[in-house]
Amino acid sequence: MSQSLVHVILAGISAGMFIWLVASGLTLVFGVLRVLNFAHGSFYMLGAYVCYTVLKAMGGNFWLGLLLGPLIVALVGYAMERFLLRYVYHLELAYQLLLTFAMVLIFDDAVKMIWGAGSTSSPAVPGLSGSVSILDRRFPVYNLFIIAVGPLVALGLYALLEKTWWGRIIRAASSDREMASAIGVKVPTLYTAVFMFGAWLSAMGGALAVPYVGLLTTGMGETIIIEAFVVVVIGGLGSLKGAFLGSLVIGLLSSFGTRYIPMLDMFLTFILMAVVLLWRPQGFFAEGS
Amino acid sequence: MNRYWTCFLSAAGLAVLIAIGLFAGPFILYLGMRVMILAIFALGYNLLLGRTGLLSFGHAAFYATGAYGLALTSIHLNPHPLLGIFLGVVAAALLALIIGFFCVRHTEIYFAMLTLAFGMMVFSLMWNVRSVTGGDDGLYGITRTAISLGFFKIPIVKQYQYYFVVLFFFILSIFLTYRIYKSPFGLVLAGIRENHVRTEFAGLAVKRYRLGAFVVSGAFAGLAGALAVMLDSNITPFAAHWSHSSVPVLVSLIGGLQTFAGPLAGSIVFLVLREVVQRFTDNWMFWFGILLLAIIMGFRGGIVGSTADLFKKYSRV
Repeated sequence: MSQSLVHVILAGISAGMFIWLVASGLTLVFGVLRVLNFAHGSFYMLGAYVCYTVLKAMGGNFWLGLLLGPLIVALVGYAMERFLLRYVYHLELAYQLLLTFAMVLIFDDAVKMIWGAGSTSSPAVPGLSGSVSILDRRFPVYNLFIIAVGPLVALGLYALLEKTWWGRIIRAASSDREMASAIGVKVPTLYTAVFMFGAWLSAMGGALAVPYVGLLTTGMGETIIIEAFVVVVIGGLGSLKGAFLGSLVIGLLSSFGTRYIPMLDMFLTFILMAVVLLWRPQGFFAEGS
Repeated sequence: MNRYWTCFLSAAGLAVLIAIGLFAGPFILYLGMRVMILAIFALGYNLLLGRTGLLSFGHAAFYATGAYGLALTSIHLNPHPLLGIFLGVVAAALLALIIGFFCVRHTEIYFAMLTLAFGMMVFSLMWNVRSVTGGDDGLYGITRTAISLGFFKIPIVKQYQYYFVVLFFFILSIFLTYRIYKSPFGLVLAGIRENHVRTEFAGLAVKRYRLGAFVVSGAFAGLAGALAVMLDSNITPFAAHWSHSSVPVLVSLIGGLQTFAGPLAGSIVFLVLREVVQRFTDNWMFWFGILLLAIIMGFRGGIVGSTADLFKKYSRV
C-alpha cells in the first residue's frame, strides 16, 4: 500500500468515528423512542461549544471540558424530552420530526446569541498535540486518539446493552414497549434516560471534535446530522452494530471521494443511502428483517 | 365556513392583490411576489403532505430543477419566459417522476429519508457539475424579456409588470390545486392518508396514486422555482439543499395541514413574520422555532384550522 493510501484510510476512519458518536445516540434513541431526532446534531454542536466554554473558564483544561460539557448538554436533552417530546409520541411522524426540527432552529440561533455568529477557534490538547510519522508522512496524534476512542465507546455500549440490567431493560423496551411496561418497567423514565444518554454521546462527539476541527461553527451540527442520518439508514434504524460499520463506511467513502473523485464527493454518500433504502430498507448490516 | 364567506374572502383577497400590484411600493411588491411564489410551492407540496400524508424532505430539488431549467433555457436556448417556465416545470415533473418512482415504495420515515437522499444527490450534482450549473456561484444575469404572444408583446421587466405574471400563475395554481382536491384523484389521496390498507382493498393502486401526487407536487415546486429565478435573476445550488425542503413543510404546518387554504395563510405568515422579526433581531429563526413549537404542542390545526374551529364554535352559540 502506498503511503498516501494509508493516510487516506486513517483520515477516513477518524472522520467516521465522529459520525459514530453522533449516530450511536441517534440510532439508540430511535430504537427505543421511535423518534428520529433532527436536533441530535445540535447536541453535537452544543457539546463542542459548552466544552469550549468550560475549557476557557478552567484555564484551558480540555479534559475538564470533555467531562463537564456533555453532562450539561445531557441536561438540555432532559428538558427537551421531558417537556416537549413526551407530548408528541402519540402524534403522526411529521409532527415528531418537525418538533425536533424546530429545536434545530432554536439551538442554532441560541448558540449564535450566546457565542456569536462567527467561528470560534480552539486550542491544542496538551499531550495529544503534534504528530507522529507514519510511513514517512506526518499524522496528527489526536486523530489516532480519536481512532482509539471510537471502538472503546462501541465496546462500552456493547457491554452496557448486553451485560447489564439497564441494558436488558433498554432492549426490552425497544423490542416491545407495551410488554416492558406491563412487567413493570417505567417506560417514560426510561425514555428520558435513553434520550439523555443519546444527547450525552452526541455531545461527547462534539467535545472531542473541539481540538479536531480547529474552528467551531454553528453549521457543524447540521453537517453531521445528515451524515449520521445516512449512517443510521445504511446500518439499519435502531442497530448499533450497523451504525458503527456504517460510520466507518461513510468516513472512508468521503475520505476516498474527496481524495480521488472530488466531483462526486457527496453524491456517492447519498446514492449509497438511496440504494440501501431501496434494496434493504432494514439496513445493510441488520440480521434478518 | 359556508360558501358565501369563501367567495367573499376570495374576491376580497383578489382585490387586495390587484391593488398591491397597481399601487404598492417596491418593497411590498417584492414581498407580495415572494409570498405568492412560496404559496405555489407550498400548495403543491401540501397535496403530498396534507392530502396524501407523505412527508418529503426533497422537494427543494424540484424547485431548483424548475429554476435551473428556466435559467438554462433562457441562457442557451431562448429567453422567452413562457418557454422557460414550461421547460422548467416539465423538467421538474420528469425528475419527480423518476425520483418518485423509487420513493413511493416506502412510507413514513423511510419515505422521508429516501426523498432526503435523492434531494441531496440533486444538490451535490448542481454543486459539482460546474460547467453546466456554475457550481457554487450558480447561474446569474437571467433577464426578464417581454412575453411575446405573436401579435403583441407584454413587457415584464419592471417590478409591477412581473408582479402580474406571478399573480396570474398564483391564481392558476390555486385553481388547479383546488380542482385536484375536489377531483376523484384528490379524494383517493385523502383516502390513502386516512387508511392506505383499506384504499388498497378497494381496488386502487395506492403506489400509483402516491406517485401521481408526488409528480404533481414536484411540478408545482418547479413552477415556483422558475418564477423565483426570474424575480431574483440568479439561482444557486442552495435552492436544492434539504434545509430549503423544510420551508414548504413549515409553511403548510403553520397554515394548517388538513386545509386547502392552509399553505396560503402559512406563506403570508412565514414571510411577513420574518420581515417583521428581522427588523428587531438577527435571530429570527429562534423565534420562528418557538412559534413552531407552539403550533405543534397546542394548535395542530394551524392558523386556518384553528380559526375554522373558532368560527364553528362561535356560530353554534
